[in-house]
Parts: sequence; structure tokens; C-alpha cells
Amino acid sequence: MLSLIPALPFFSALVLILGGRAFSRGAVSAIACGSIGIAAAITLLLGIPFVQSGESSIVQHLWTWMQAGNFSAGIDLRLDALSLAFVFVITFVGFLIHVYSTGYMADDADYTRFFACMNLFVGAMLLLVLADNLVLLYFGWEGVGLCSYLLIGFWYKDPANGYAARKAFIVTRVGDTAMAIALFMLFQHTGTLQIPQILAHAPEIWTTGNAIIVLIAFLLLGGAVGKSAQLPLQTWLPDAMAGPTPVSALIHAATMVTAGVYLVARMHVLFTLAPAAQTGVAVIGAVTLLLAGCSALVQTDIKRVLAYSTISQIGYMFLALGVGAWSAAIFHFVTHAFFKALLFMGAGAVIVAMHHEQDMFKMGGLRKQLPAVFWTFLIGAASLSAIPFVTSGFYSKDQIVWLAWSSVQGHTFYWIAAIAGAFLTAMYTFRMVFLTFYGAPATHHTAHTPGNRMMIPLYILAACSTLAGFVELPHTLGHVTLFSSWLQQVLPAVQLQQESVALEWTSQLLAAGLTFTGIYIAWTWVVQKPDGMVRFSQMPFMRWLRRLWFSGWAFDGFYNMLVVRPFVRTARMNRRDMIDRIYTAVTRITEWCHDVLSRTQSGILRWYIMGVVLGAVVILSVLIWRVSV
Amino acid sequence: MVLLYIILIPMLGALLSWLLAARSTALCRWIALVSLLGSLALVAGIWVISAAGNVPPDRWLYNWQQPWIPHFGISLHLAVDGLSLVMLALTFLLGALSVLISWREITFRVGFFHFNLLFVIAGIAGVFLTMDLFLFYFFWEVMLIPMYFLIGIWGHERREYAAYKFFIFTQAGGLLMLLAILGLYFTHAANTGVYTFDYFYLLNTPMQRATAQWLMLGFLAAFMVKLPAIPFHTWLPDAHTEAPTAGSVILAGLLLKTGAYGILRFVLPLFPAVAQGFAPWAMLLGVAGILYGGQLAYSQPDLKRLIAYTSVSHMGFVLLGAFAFNELAYKGVVMQMIAHGISTGALFIIAGLLYERMHTRALARMGGLWTAMPAMGTVTMVFVMASLGLPGLGNFVAEFLILLGSWQASQVFTILATIGLVIATVYSLRIMQKVFFGQTERQYALPDLRLREWLIVTPLIAVILFLGVYPQPVIKTITNYELRITGPEATTSPDANNTRAAPVTDSLFVIK
Amino acid sequence: MNIHPTTAGMTLAGILFVLGLISMLIRRNMIFMLLSVEIMLNAAGLAFIVASSHWSQPDGQVMFMFILAMAAAEVSVGLALILQLYHQLKSLDSDEASRMRG
Repeated sequence: MLSLIPALPFFSALVLILGGRAFSRGAVSAIACGSIGIAAAITLLLGIPFVQSGESSIVQHLWTWMQAGNFSAGIDLRLDALSLAFVFVITFVGFLIHVYSTGYMADDADYTRFFACMNLFVGAMLLLVLADNLVLLYFGWEGVGLCSYLLIGFWYKDPANGYAARKAFIVTRVGDTAMAIALFMLFQHTGTLQIPQILAHAPEIWTTGNAIIVLIAFLLLGGAVGKSAQLPLQTWLPDAMAGPTPVSALIHAATMVTAGVYLVARMHVLFTLAPAAQTGVAVIGAVTLLLAGCSALVQTDIKRVLAYSTISQIGYMFLALGVGAWSAAIFHFVTHAFFKALLFMGAGAVIVAMHHEQDMFKMGGLRKQLPAVFWTFLIGAASLSAIPFVTSGFYSKDQIVWLAWSSVQGHTFYWIAAIAGAFLTAMYTFRMVFLTFYGAPATHHTAHTPGNRMMIPLYILAACSTLAGFVELPHTLGHVTLFSSWLQQVLPAVQLQQESVALEWTSQLLAAGLTFTGIYIAWTWVVQKPDGMVRFSQMPFMRWLRRLWFSGWAFDGFYNMLVVRPFVRTARMNRRDMIDRIYTAVTRITEWCHDVLSRTQSGILRWYIMGVVLGAVVILSVLIWRVSV
Repeated sequence: MVLLYIILIPMLGALLSWLLAARSTALCRWIALVSLLGSLALVAGIWVISAAGNVPPDRWLYNWQQPWIPHFGISLHLAVDGLSLVMLALTFLLGALSVLISWREITFRVGFFHFNLLFVIAGIAGVFLTMDLFLFYFFWEVMLIPMYFLIGIWGHERREYAAYKFFIFTQAGGLLMLLAILGLYFTHAANTGVYTFDYFYLLNTPMQRATAQWLMLGFLAAFMVKLPAIPFHTWLPDAHTEAPTAGSVILAGLLLKTGAYGILRFVLPLFPAVAQGFAPWAMLLGVAGILYGGQLAYSQPDLKRLIAYTSVSHMGFVLLGAFAFNELAYKGVVMQMIAHGISTGALFIIAGLLYERMHTRALARMGGLWTAMPAMGTVTMVFVMASLGLPGLGNFVAEFLILLGSWQASQVFTILATIGLVIATVYSLRIMQKVFFGQTERQYALPDLRLREWLIVTPLIAVILFLGVYPQPVIKTITNYELRITGPEATTSPDANNTRAAPVTDSLFVIK
Repeated sequence: MNIHPTTAGMTLAGILFVLGLISMLIRRNMIFMLLSVEIMLNAAGLAFIVASSHWSQPDGQVMFMFILAMAAAEVSVGLALILQLYHQLKSLDSDEASRMRG
């Protein structure tokens, strides 16, 4: 039963690849959406009794994958609270996005290929979160990387898309390499790659802060930052927006990019044993959320704003992981999946309505033309910027902001970063909303309202973005802990330094105040006084800063200079293979000798006689010299 | 006798197809195909029977011996264990496919072509089967000369240069190996008084360290040229690029594997102690090959040349794993030999199909072909992904096991080799981008895969997927090899080996 | 001045040999080159005879017989070759025969 959840998407992908052009569009949609829908239904069928029974996990052994010597890895699946949360989001949000895609991609020539890749992705992602051993997890991990590559470069005719796709694959592969080395080390020291065994034995093998476990944790973190687009491997995600919008919604917002969060949460025991690495997680999260927030502030492409916002929000999740607030991170993952998928799909609806225009400065005034899209988008934006009390984003983010300070591993610095991030988030989110939906229409296109297949998923997600928050309420507001107490089967509860209701209120009020300030600033500068904004951004320093932020803090240029260009240049220089030159030189020398010696063979008899005579003279003189000496 | 038939059938087929080519080229092609499929069936039969028979892992599955020149201690001695069995299966699978791939490509001197092709394959099968070093050298040369003709007659523009280069490199290595074989023969005789070329007698020959060192280097010279390891790799890109498609497939898929096989079968068991000492250097060369080959592959403007350099990179893993001296790595190495044979062979086949359609190998003149040929694009994607080591395909299992094993031996080299995986991504994706994605101004009338071509690629995809998700049957089969070199058996006296090798009957189980 | 006959004989043989060699080197006419070879052979023969009389041994004289026989054979073969070359080249210049670069 459990194996059906990943098997169905894999199977339907296989059918779509093999069947290819034989199917009609309707059949393709039915196969693709149907398989994910059934997988979602099975998740519910399996998940509800599982939650009620209170068992810790369901395990299914399918077959032995590879077994050599004392190493063994099986195709084994394990469902526990953590993976159930992920499986639920993947299948449920995945299903909605598939339905949405049938509308979004309706006119595309490569309809079948799109859905084959999407299904393959869902299958791989499910394998990733259900894997019982790290090798299988790595299987899913690379599998989602492949699908991400295929889908970013989906419109393959434009070389820029191909470039973005390769960049995504290669940059994440850098992280994967670190992760692979972590696996080798884990196997060397624990003798197994089964996740439960590693988690159970790690505290017996290593003491807290042991150098090896710190190294392992950092290497795992390397894999996580690659996949989750965190500093310093975040550069691929903004470019990944070259793919179709549903892809951005599913892969580059809701599921795949949170794989790093899953990995860290899954291996939480190791990170607890390695406080240095855990601090690393928190610092990376805090810095990333600020840097990405700044970059989101100046983008012009609506999808790039959302991409930077995704990086920033995953930064929050990393921050939560880093301070030991495991369940808060997972909670934020769930709500983020809802509202970010909603925002991306809303943006997709706008893009389709504007005839594939993505520049926000060429939009404007869409509130009247697309009211349904506007309202759902507004709900998503409100949730992203954490408008208090009514949005799920408020409850999840507020928890992180508070725990960043109050948890045992918390620090004032984290709290400041988190609260500043909240301010930035509100500002860039509503800048986007105002630019897109308010003001005067910048173009004369008549926007057409998207069909039901695209709108119904938006409604459902809008509802989720609002309601999902109420499963987990802070102390100050009713104190509901359905989600975190359920996750405590797998993830330890956060330990607080002190529990002060007053301080928590202060933190919440401050965050809320900053959110509204951010929205107000966005309102003034985008809608009320756009001229002032233009003048302000023309100041020399601001122009420089704007350019820096726009380019994502110039990481791309830095990596190009440091890695890409030297590699390409030496590769070009060495195209003819310098080692081959050595062998060519040997043949050259032989040829040269041949030339020289063959010139002596002139055919003139007297030269030959001369040669004989000279040779005789030389030999004789040597002989005489030897004898006389 | 079965083992002898495995070699004789392709040889007979070679003669027949040459003789009958004058009458009908189609008949000649069919004879070639049928004889290779016949041998493949024999190998499959042995595999099935031995898998069902539960042979103890330290026994040879089949063993057959006939005196040939007893005066010099030379005999026709053929034996099969898990390693040979797997390699033989690969040989005849790729052999049959290379006959199919030449069906339309080769249009002149068809009979002689198939004669050479079948003889190369017979030679390779002989190399994988023989347990007599004299016979081994004989087969080593049998593979070489027909291959020289294949490249030199049916190749592309610079075929003669490539053929010479191939011949000189491999011949130079081969002669050094001949010296080492003779050296081993006389050392053994000097120490024991028995003049023999038999592998089982020569195992555990007592010798001085310096002697062993030189002899091992002689063997290694031949195998590292063939593998190829840096810095002896430069014949490979030329030979692979200029050879006809079938030649490239045989070269990449099989000939390179004879080098790897030689290291596993001869270098490590014959000179275990010295090989240990040489291990860091070998691993260094392996890692250098992975990185250097990868970077060169990235920069090539010619599709076949690019694929050729990926072989240098992938075979670096073989060298790394073979000298890691542990079970995981050995299994990974054998998996890598098979998976690389399949995936790179397939990539060369695809390059051949593209050449048939477009008459160019230049990447700059391709691009945007997905629109015309989505099926071929999908097939290529599978093998490109295999080449970059995507889990779920055979190469991942191989590389993962090698790296997991070599980590125990050397962490620095393993880290460098793992970085090679990133470079593999870079050059592999370049293939897809330059050939199938993007756009091109040139318009070609390009048919997608035809029935014959489907027939060629389908088994390859099936095998590479099977190796990726369920490699256990292969891993289990090769356990029959590696237990013998890592297990206690390696230290037993020649007499013990002798009794194991002695029964010359054609029985499945070698009865003690 | 009292010169030992062996020394005198040897000197004569040496002078003859060098003369033959020089004329071999400077002549282009093949007939003359053949003649110079003959002179050199005879110089060598003279040296043998002088040596054999010096040691009072017959070997040197036997050797001279061989040289005579060989010279006869060489002249006949050489003349035949020269005739052939003359037919081909209409000249006796040895440099003309360098076309084969042999």
C-alpha cells in the first residue's frame, strides 16, 4: 500500500513516456492528474489511521537494491510523522498544481512530455521523503534534480533556458557531492546507511562536538544548501524561473527546494551532536533570509520576486532548524507550500492573462480585470508577509521569530535577522501586489480571465493558506499544538531558555508592526508617490546598491570569475590535449631524424666513398688512441 | 568443451561470412548475427545453470583443459568464473548489437568487415576465458589486428593515422606484457623447476620484490594502455573518433574492459604485495584520469571525441576501485565495466545514428534536434544521465560502490573522484544541450528511430535500467570472482589451486 | 740512409693506396673510378706480400691470390654494370647515376 504512493506517479510517467503521442490530451491529463490524485487519496487512507493509531512508523521492504560485503541498501520505504507531512504536501499540492497545469499548458505542443516529467518528479520526490536509507534518499534527491533540469529547460529552443537548467543541475550537484562524501563517512563510522540505525547509534558512537560528526553534519548541510538554494549555493534558483510557472510552483517553491529542510530535520540527531554545524544552519538561514529579501525588493520580473522570496522563506526554515525548533521549520514548510504555490499559480494566471509578460512594470491595474486572481493572490501575499491572526504564514513565521530568540540555541542576532526579514518580506510582497494589481494599466492588452481548471486550485489553496495556521497557535493566542506534538514522535520538542508571555507579546507586536510598516512603505512608494521612489533610486549609492541587489549580491559574477571561467578557459586551451603533444613530439623528432638522414643519401657515389673513408679514419684513430693510451 | 565453442562459433562465423559475402551480403550479416547470438545463448545458459546450481563462491564454474605444446608447458586452458561470465555476456550482447548497427552503415567489403568484427569479438572472448598466459597473449594479439583493419579500412577521414596510433600504442604495451609473461615463466621455473604458462601454477610464484615489481609493471603497461590510464590515453580519442560505429562500440564497450579485466585477473592476484605498494600511484592516475578526461571531454567540438574522452574519465574509476583493495570497490569496478560498456556503447551508437542522418560529428552543426527526433532525444537522455551517474541507472551503482570502497582506502582521492561527478554533469549536459536543445538554422530531413534502431537501443535501455534498480543478480554472480582474491583462498599454496584446476572434464562443478 | 725493405714496401703500398683513394674521390668517370679501385686492391695485395716476406710466412701470398681472383671478378661485374649504366645514361659520369638516391 505504501509503495503505491511513489509507484503510481512513476508508473504514469513511464506510461506517458512510452505511450507518447498515442494519447489524446484528455487521456494525458487523466493519467497524469489521476495518478497523483490517487496517490493523494492513498496518503489520506493510510495517513489518517496511522495518525490515529499512534504508531511510530510503517515500513515496507520491496527488494534488496545493492548488497556487497557488509554494505546493504534496499528499496525500503518508511512512513513516519515527518515523512507523512511531506508526502501529504507533495501529493496534495502536487495534485492541485497538476490540475492547474492542464489549463496553463493547454496550448503547449509538448503536453505529454510536460506531464511525464511532472509525474516523474512527484515520484522521485516521494521516494526522497519515504526512503528508509540514505542511498535511496540520494536516489530521490538526484531524481528530483533531473526533473528540475528537464522542466527548467522545458522550452528547450531558447538557449538561455538550457543554460538555466544546466546551472540548476550543476550547482545542486556541487552540494550533492558534499552529501555523497557525508554518506561515505557515515558508512565508514557506523557501518550502515539505514537512517533509523544511524540515528539510534550516533549518540553511542560520537560524543557531542566530536570533530568527525561535525564534519559529517557540515557535509550534509552542504547537500541541503545546494538543494534548498541557501547561501552560498543559492544562485541557481532565480534562474530556474525559466521553466513553466507550474514547475516553479511545484518544484521551486513547494516541494523540491525544501528537500534540504527535510534532510536536516531527518538527520536532526547528527546536528544535535554537532552544535557547530547546527549553528552553521542557523547562521546560513539568517543571512540567506536577509540577502534574498533585499534582492527580492528590487526585481522587476514577478517570478524572480517570488524566487527570491522562496530563498528567503527557506532561510526562515533553516533558521528554525538551526535553533532546534524542528517542528516550527516543518510547520513553516507546510504553510509555505500552500501560500507560495498559491502565489506562483496566481502569478502564472497573471502571466497567461498578460500574454506571457512577466515584467511587473508592464502590468498594473489588473485588480479590476482579474478580480478573482487578485483576491486569491492577495490572500497568498498576506500569508507570505504574515498579516496577524488571519493568515497561516503569521502563525508559522511568528513561531520561528519567537523561537529564534527564546530557544536554548537562540540568539538575539537571529531574532533581529528574523524580524528584519519580516519587514523586508512585507515590503517586497506588497510592492509586487501594488505594481501588478494597482495603478494604471501599463499596456493595452485585454487580460482574459483564466478558466476553471486554473482557478479552482487557487481557491482551494487560498483556503488552505488561511486555515492551515490554526492547527498551531502560540501561547499568547490559545496555545494549540496539534502539529508540533504530533511531530514529536520523530522530532524532539524545542527547549526554551525562558517562557515569558510578555516578551512573546512584545516580539509578536513588533513583528506585526514592522509588517504593517513595510506594507505602508510599499503603498506610499509604489502607489502614492512613484516619482519619489524613482528619484530616490537614482541617487548614486542607491543605484549601485540596486544593481548589487538586482544581481543577487553579485554571486554569479563571483562564481563565474572564480570557477566557471578558469575551468572553461583551461578546457579551451587544452582542447588538443597536452599529453598528446608529447607523443606527437616523439613522432616529430623521428620524422626530423628521418629528414636529416635521408638528405645524406644523395646518390652521389663520391660522397659515400668520402663517408667510408672518414668513418675508417675515425675508427682507426680511436683504436690507435686506445692502444697508445 | 562449451567454453571452446564460445570462441569457435564466432571464428567459424567469421570465416563463413567472409566466404559467403561474395554471394550475398545479407546472408553474411545474418551469419554474423546468428553466430554471436549463438554464443550469447551459450553464455546465458551457463549463467542460468550456475545461478541455479549454487556453486560455492570459491569455485570456478567451468574449467576445461587440453595440452597444446606440452614441451613448453602451454595448454588450451579455459575457465569461467563470475567475472568472466559477466564480461562474456556483455561481449556477445554488444557484439550482436554492433552487427546490427553496421547493417546499413557498412556498404563495401562487407564480408571482410564481418570477418574482422567477429574475430575481434572471438579474441575478446578468448581473453576473458583463457587461464594460460601464452594463450592469453595469443588472444590479446587476435583482438588487435582485426581492430586495426576495422579502423583503417572503414573509418572516417583520418582513419589511417588513428589506426597506426592505436596499433603502435597497444602493441608497445602488449610487447612489454609478453616480456613480463616470459619473465614470470622463467622466474617460476627457476624457483620451482616447472615450466608452465598455467595461471593456477603461476599464482603465488615466490619471487623477490624487485622482480615482482618489474613483472607487474610489464603487465600493467599493457593493461593501462588498454584501459586507458593517463598518460597512455591519447590513442583512444583518435581511435574512437575515426572508427566506424561498430568499431567504436567494440572499442569503448569491450576492448577497454580487457584492460580492466587484466588488472583484476592478473595484476592483483599474481602480484598482491607489490600491487599494494603501487596502489597510491594507481589511484592517483585513476583520479587524474577522472578529472583530466572530464575536462577534455567538456572542451571537445566533436561528438564522438567528446564521448571518447568520457571513457577516459569513467575508466579512471576502474583504476581507482581496483587498487582500493576491498570488496565493495571490486564489485563497483565490475559493475562499472558493464555499465560503462552499455552506456558509452549506446552513446556511440547514437552518435553513429546521427552521423548516418546528418553526415557530421561536429557539435556546432547540430542543435534543436529534439523537435525532429523526440524519441531519439529521450533515448539519449537516458544514456547521458547514465553517464553522469544518475541513481536508478547502472553507472550510479558502480560509481557509488567504488567510491564507498575507495573511501576506506584513500579519502583524498575519493574526494577528488567525487568532484569528478560534478565535471561529469558538466560535460554530459553539454551533449544534450548541443545536440538536442537550442536551435539551428540548418534544416535536416531527419527521421526518428526506425525499427532496427529500436531493436538496438531497447535492450541497452533495459539492461542499464535493470542494472540501476536491481543489480543484485550481477553483484551476486561476481561474488564468485572477488572472494577468491580477497578471501583466504588467495593465500593458499599452488597445490591447492592445482587440485582445483586439475579436473579437465567439462563438468559444471569442479569436483575435488 | 738505410731503409728497411719492409718499411719501404709498406710505404709504397701506403702511397699507392692513398693515390687510389684520392683519384677515386676526385674522378667522376666511372672507368677511372674502377681503375682506382684496382690500384687500391693491388696496394693492399702489395702490403700482404711485404708482410708475408717479413714474417717469412706463406699466408700473405695466399691472400694475394684471393685478392687477384676477387679483383678479376669485381672488374668483370663492374664493367658490366658500367656498360649497362652507359646504355641507360649515355654518359660515364657517376653523378648522373644519382637519380635513384641509392
